[in-house]
Formats: sequence, C-alpha cells, structure tokens
Amino acid sequence: MTRQAKPRPPANFDELIAEPSPWLSGEGPHAHMVLSTRIRLARNLQSVPFTHRARDEQLQGVLLSVSSAAQRSEAFRDALMLRMNEMGGLERQILVERHLVSHELGDGARPRGIIIAAGERLSLMINEEDHLRLQAMTPGFQLAEAWGNADAADDELDQALDFAFSDEIGYLTSCPTNAGTGLRASVLIHLPALVLLEEIQKVLKSIMQVGLNVRGLYGEHSEVMGNLFQISNQTTLGRAERDSIESLERVTRQIIETEERARERMMRDARVQIEDKVWRAYGTLRYCRSIHSREVINLCSAVRLGVALGLPGLCPPHVLNQLLILTQPAHLQRFYGSDLTPAERNVYRAQLVRERLDAADRESGPTP
Amino acid sequence: MLCQICGKNPSTVHFTEIHDNKMSEIHVCERCAEEKGLHQSAKKHKFDIADLLAGMVDGMTTTEEERVGHVQCPRCGLLYSGFKETGRLGCAECYAAFQFQLRPLLRRIHGDTRHRGKVPTRDGEGATRSRQIQRLHDELQRAVEREEFERAAGIRDEIQRLEKEQASHPAEKKR
Repeated sequence: MTRQAKPRPPANFDELIAEPSPWLSGEGPHAHMVLSTRIRLARNLQSVPFTHRARDEQLQGVLLSVSSAAQRSEAFRDALMLRMNEMGGLERQILVERHLVSHELGDGARPRGIIIAAGERLSLMINEEDHLRLQAMTPGFQLAEAWGNADAADDELDQALDFAFSDEIGYLTSCPTNAGTGLRASVLIHLPALVLLEEIQKVLKSIMQVGLNVRGLYGEHSEVMGNLFQISNQTTLGRAERDSIESLERVTRQIIETEERARERMMRDARVQIEDKVWRAYGTLRYCRSIHSREVINLCSAVRLGVALGLPGLCPPHVLNQLLILTQPAHLQRFYGSDLTPAERNVYRAQLVRERLDAADRESGPTP
Repeated sequence: MLCQICGKNPSTVHFTEIHDNKMSEIHVCERCAEEKGLHQSAKKHKFDIADLLAGMVDGMTTTEEERVGHVQCPRCGLLYSGFKETGRLGCAECYAAFQFQLRPLLRRIHGDTRHRGKVPTRDGEGATRSRQIQRLHDELQRAVEREEFERAAGIRDEIQRLEKEQASHPAEKKR
C-alpha cells in the first residue's frame, strides 16, 4: 500500500477493491480478539415513503438529494459514489463480501447506491431498507471512535436533509425494531477458547439476557463460522446512543476477559494439543491444493488463536483478516475469472491462500 | 449424509471443530446443532417481528382484528393488515396513523416507548433544550439510584439553569 499523509478516497470501483478494506488491518485496541467495530445509523427522509413503498422516481430523488448532501459534507468529501443499477452482479456481490453493502442493497434492481469515504471508515447506503444507512467501521475495539465518526457525519447530513423524526419515538424507520436512535453498534469478536471449552453457550445466554444480540460474520441470519461472533445492541428505543454503546462496551470487556481466562486455562492444561492444532491448521492453509471457503475460515480461526497466544512464526493477523474476505466466491471470481465451477474455485482459493501466506512469511523472515 | 451425532436426521449444519487433538469436519442435523449450542447463536436469537405481531392479536376477537386491520395511513395508504404481513411501515406518517397499535408493539420490542437519544439539530435551540432537560431528569434519577449525590447535585443545577433559559423564551414549547 502506498503511504500517504491523508488517505484519499478511491476514484472508482477498481481502485476501491485493489486494496483490502483498511478495517481489516488487525490494528487497534484488543485486535487480538476484536476484529472490528461498527456503528450503523438508520435515517429516512420525512417527505418520501419508505424505500419498499416508494416509486422508483421517488427513490431516484432520494439518491440525488442524499448524494448531494453527502458531497457537501466534510465526512464524505470527494467520496466514491456507486450506483447499484449501473454495476454488474459480481461487482455488487464483492461489495457485500466487503461488508460495505447489505444483501438487500446488493440486489441492484432499484435506484440504490453507496457512498464510500476515504479508508472505508465511513459509508452510506442509500435506499436500503431505510433511505439512509450510515456506517462507521474501525479496526479493533473502538466503539467511541466509531460512534464519534458516525455521529459527526449524521450531524452534517442532518443540516441538509429533513429526517423523519417524532418527538416521542425519535428517528422513524421502516421497521419498528430500529425506531428511536436507529443505532446498531456491533463488535466482531473471536472466541475460540470459549467454544473449545464448551462454555460459549453460557456466555451467549448471558449476553442475550442483558439485551444484546449475537449473530454470525455476515450479520442477520448468517451462520456462526470460524468462532467469529457479532455482538450488537438489540433495542433502539428508550436509551440514549451513549447508554447503548456503553453497555455494549462493558459487556464486550467482560467477554474479552472471560475468553482471556479460558485461553490461559487451555494453555495451562493442554498446551501441546493447542499448539499442535494451530500448526496443523497453518500447515493445511500453507500447502493445500483445494479448499472450501468455510474450511479457510475455520482454519484461520485456529491460526488466529495461535497468533494471539504469541506463537512465533505464524502470519500477522491482518493477513488472516484479509483472507476472510478475499477467499469469498465473488472476490475469487473477480481475480480468477467469473465462470469458475465450485471445484475450480476451491483450487484457485487454495492457490490464493498459499500465495498470501507465502508472501507474509517472506516478509517476516524464516520460521524458527 | 446423516447427522454424525444422532445418526437419524439428515445433516444440514456443517462446521469444523477442534476436539480431542483433532480438527474435524462435523455434519449434524438442526436439532443436534441446537443442542451443541453453536448454531443457535446465529439463528434462534434473531428477532422475529412476524411472531411478535402474531402474538399481539392473540387476545382479539376476529371482528376486532378485522377492524384494526382496516386502519389506514392517510398519507401512503398502507393498511395495518399490510404492515402485519410485511413487518414494514410505509412512511413516517404511519407511526401516527397506527399509534394505538404500535405503542404496545414498541414496548414489546424495546421495553420502552419513548425516545431518549439524539435529536435532529434542525429542530432548533428550543426543542434541543427541552429534550436536554428531559434527558437530564433521567440522568438525575439514575445518579440518585446509584447514590452518586455529588453528580446528582451537578445535574440538578444544570436542569435549573436550562429551565431558567427556557422560561426566558416564552415562545418555546414542546413539539
């Protein structure tokens, strides 16, 4: 990656996907366990029916007024604007895999768009389930920073747009589950020791009891893979944003501590077995010739654990984070050709994984 | 392939697991996955608004249900029955049109019906101030509950200051 004093927004789609998303950098507080932090705010324009009830001409109008408001804001200065209906299915799917676009926005049939600021730190989906879905992403565990970015961008957009708002209910959203603050704050956290020691169920239950929600890597309805859990606030009405965020922050800290203790116990009681797992996983990734994306995610989980435990000679965490995204089907097809059969995809995926790990290995010097 | 745990049902859930010194692919059925506790985190805990809505009408007679279903938003024309089908409201005005039906639903979803978060800045100074007073009252109550009396005194002073400001702007009233 070229070093620049200030990150420049990508000029087009190709430039956007030429580099892995910066929030996968493996940096930030508690990055050995928390991959990323995300804040999402849902907003709608007062004068237009919600997306699913609006006519295409009305959505076109939303697209225009929101993008012009964004262009005039500091937060989205020179940001990249992409229109879903001008993109191919593969390109849209790549945005979904990069977590920039939801499945709903990715269908491309209606006037929808996305605006992406420098470093993918901020993005704005237009005409998703709500007219605006503002998203702030950071690497590691940085709720306050992500909230600060989203809040400031929201204030700027609010200066130019008339958001649907009622005194009693707050921001009005298409689905009543988001009404009020329209806030979804979430952390993507890796909990292999709790899963391995079969304590995860107890932890997930207590998370649910304090009003938080747990999902898989790709949000709603997605399966838990690679011991990666997405924890977020469940309710949006009756609590200020800061209160919701504080409670997620508090609970996440407790989970981090619980996982930390589980890792210590695991290493005390079964060090050899754990190290063996980690190296076998690394070996498989390093030398495989055909591999399914689910297996990549699961093996990366074992290696990620090894890196967090400080085992020397493994790859840096950002390589693992990037593999999560780069080995997904649309990304593979983009790089190796769009008419691949699943079996061919597995072969190319194995090649990509080997190349990435090999490159990381060469950068960090010989394995001890 | 049959479930590797019960051996009875077809396997629909697949994951890789590290167990007893081995990393293995496991193929199990929905039920066994549920019992193992991994799969359910992604699935069982999701919020199903349709279930909630179905639960809401349990106590209603058929005629009442029909009557409520015919309530219509004057702006976008959405019928309440339409909302019940999709779980999506039609426009901002729907919240007012269906307020009597939505209030208990919002309470079920969120445990509350009153917004306490940020306010559009375009609302102007007055509305922001009255909301701020409301929020400080909430904070005051919490501070007292936690016996943080020094903080509570500070909050009380702030409320008094804002109320004085509000009084000097007689035109200011809640929306």
